[in-house]
Amino acid sequence: MVEEIILATARHNDKIDPVLGIWGWEIAVYLFLGGITAGIMFFSALVILLKKEEQAPFSAFKLALWGPIALSLGMGGLFLDLEHKLFVYRFYTTFQPSSPMSWGAWILIIVYPVSILLVLATLRVGYPFLAAYAERLDIGKWVLDTAERYRRAIAVANIPVAVGLGIYTGILLSAFMARPFWNTGVLGPLFLISGLSTAAALVVLVARKEAERHMFTRIDVGLILIELVIIALLVINLATGARMQLEAFRQIFGGAYTVVFWGWFVTLGLLIPLVLEYRELKGKVVWVALAPVLVLVGGYVLRQVAVDVGQSGNWTHYATQFNPALLERLNH
Amino acid sequence: MTTYAMVIDTRTCIGCGDCVVACKIENKVPEGLNRDWVVEITKGRYPDLTTEFRSERCNHCSHATCVYACPTGASHYWKDTNIVLVTADKCTGCKACIAACPYNARLIMHPGGYIDKCTFCVHRVEKGLDPACVATCPTQCMHFGVLDDPNSTVSQLLKTRNYRALMPETGNEPNVYYLS
Repeated sequence: MVEEIILATARHNDKIDPVLGIWGWEIAVYLFLGGITAGIMFFSALVILLKKEEQAPFSAFKLALWGPIALSLGMGGLFLDLEHKLFVYRFYTTFQPSSPMSWGAWILIIVYPVSILLVLATLRVGYPFLAAYAERLDIGKWVLDTAERYRRAIAVANIPVAVGLGIYTGILLSAFMARPFWNTGVLGPLFLISGLSTAAALVVLVARKEAERHMFTRIDVGLILIELVIIALLVINLATGARMQLEAFRQIFGGAYTVVFWGWFVTLGLLIPLVLEYRELKGKVVWVALAPVLVLVGGYVLRQVAVDVGQSGNWTHYATQFNPALLERLNH
Repeated sequence: MTTYAMVIDTRTCIGCGDCVVACKIENKVPEGLNRDWVVEITKGRYPDLTTEFRSERCNHCSHATCVYACPTGASHYWKDTNIVLVTADKCTGCKACIAACPYNARLIMHPGGYIDKCTFCVHRVEKGLDPACVATCPTQCMHFGVLDDPNSTVSQLLKTRNYRALMPETGNEPNVYYLS
């Protein structure tokens, strides 16, 4: 028994046929930078709360400033993706509780003040020249004083907001029932852990103090191990699913995205840096910058693969789309 | 809530594509985009083959995932019905609704950048007329009406004929039915 479904009239709708192509690198960049922002907020706050300022001065005083900057760049990507840019303000004239994107828009509104407060609370030590600039005005001085006084409270507030932001970047995709690769609960935790891991890698890459790099290399090893477990869960979930999940699974298991998923993301972005970082902890340093750079690249590749594979999955299948090349064959 | 439904008889549909042309003209759908389309389904093994034509479009689901996914409320139900519409000046073009539709029935209207879709020709429905595709069908295989009224043509057809909707397993409760 054969069943063939073909299109009798042309349907080559832009960005929908033959497979969905609505989101490109802009969204992947946003998800990557949103995740790394979550990690930056999380670790800047954690170092303060655990009183590790002396051991990790970069994370305690300088890292926080990178958060709002990374997030703004990410939101730039988000803005570039909008097709109806002039109406971007419409996100903020309403709240739609059933829409993850609406939640995200409002979460970002919370993330900015909370992360900027952490910047202000650490500005005098971290970036004295910026603090001096702010202190030219009395109000700037007052703001820095107040932020410093409530530094611990601000750090406490940063932790749940960071976790919320990290998980949200995954839920943004996982909430779509129509796309089997995305529609899994592990995407939220996966993106959160990946975001934390990329932020830890950033610290390893930029921090000057050996003890701090060592501390974050250890953290990153743990995070990569957790990430590998979540990847295994994601793959098992797809491989044991219904037809739709199986088709998504085949995309990364023999299909077009196999090499980029297992080669670029899992091997180059997780396994190799894991081995390098482990060796580093044992004192066998090869090239310090390689592992964190690979983690950062892997973090981006994960977002790009997720965005691309998710869109290639579908409930509907037409055996043929309108294909002008077939008409040309008649001439031969 | 009033449920509008479209009932299409696949046994009298000949796949001529007039519904597609009628829609494009009535709604001035830009070149290269279609709000409805016709598929041809062939089943069996030669020589025992059966062919069915199906005119497809937005299913105006009673449980429309696109409406729930919209972050600005641009995607909405028309009045107290199942007709799913998009308000252009609330739409940011974020494309969440395109990703949310299991039928891939939504599209981007160029060059404006906002999302466009089948409206069940709500501007005609308001006047008591059928959607353009239904009104134009030369074999009169398409029917449109209110499902809640037991005496409407659509209700009567669903009562007396074998029918199915596309992929009801999505849980979206689609409201375009196909008679067989």
